Amino acid sequence: MNISTGLLEFLASRTKRTWEPDEDLFASGVVSSLFALELVVHLEKAYGVEVEGEYLSLENFRTVNAMEKMVLELQAATP
Amino acid sequence: MIAVLGAGVMGTGIATLAVGHGLAVTLVDIDADKLAAAKDAVRHQLRGAKLMGRMPRSGPTGELTCTTSLADVAGATSVIEAVTELPELKAKVLAEVSALVEPGTLILTNTSAIPVDELASSTVRPEDVAGAHFMNPPYLIRMVEVIRGPRTGDAAMDAARSLLDSLDHDHVTVGDGPGFVINRILQRTINEAARIVEEGLASPAEVDALFEGCLGHRTGPLATADLIGLDNVADSLRVLRDRTGDAGYAPCELLLAKVRDGDFGRKTGRGFYEHGGQS
Repeated sequence: MNISTGLLEFLASRTKRTWEPDEDLFASGVVSSLFALELVVHLEKAYGVEVEGEYLSLENFRTVNAMEKMVLELQAATP
Repeated sequence: MIAVLGAGVMGTGIATLAVGHGLAVTLVDIDADKLAAAKDAVRHQLRGAKLMGRMPRSGPTGELTCTTSLADVAGATSVIEAVTELPELKAKVLAEVSALVEPGTLILTNTSAIPVDELASSTVRPEDVAGAHFMNPPYLIRMVEVIRGPRTGDAAMDAARSLLDSLDHDHVTVGDGPGFVINRILQRTINEAARIVEEGLASPAEVDALFEGCLGHRTGPLATADLIGLDNVADSLRVLRDRTGDAGYAPCELLLAKVRDGDFGRKTGRGFYEHGGQS
């Protein structure tokens, strides 16, 4: 399963609704900044990356596409 | 290095705030399991605060040392006491720590309601003791109620303000007395709100909706109580009742029942509200 599909499934299970890959998660009010922290933990567990430093910005969690891009970058940077 | 005494909700949150601003912290608790949990919690909270833009993303993080030995605070430049809100326990810890640190080392108590001067009496140098009432979570709420006791020295006040400045926190300094400003009012409000629920006049959600909708409060009194921790609310109310003689502060039966049942609020997952596993 690719990252984007996995994230859409995770979001659907946690928020009880479906999402589009480019949909703003925070604008809806359904997803809070506290939930973003849960997303950090999920991304780390599911994709073996460590989200730290400048990556800890809500902008990187605003859409599924943004999260996928970040995970790919982090994976590429991991030796 | 600053020393934080007590690895409960507030001690852990204060440690997060300090290491996030690059200060080395020695966190002390008698319970090794609590310290282990605090270490994880600090990392989690740091990331949350950075994520919300409330803490610098770049710059060094201070080193966090967790210890069960109070003697490790000996070299601290300042001490923040955040042990359980029980007067005898706080007095005992403060007496021990004041004998360990150098004269002139700032000792801040994060007590919710016990007068600073009462706690200062248990220490070797009351002039080094001031109050700093952080809000929960301390790494997100920037305002701190600073309390100057009648014997607090100018040097301690300067050190307290300078420490809070280095933590990028705002502060308002008030005089000493049971509950200071915030908790003299807030704890009474929470108790009355709980009593209203106990009497069946309104549900917790209805009480809070009125405070939020009519008065513009961001969080109503019972949601606030769940965030503080109902065990701490009951302890603070007892402190206030005992020191003011005002029976209105005696914790109401509903509050006591929740504490007896272990329903402390967010930290246990249930209080006046269900928190769905949120910590």
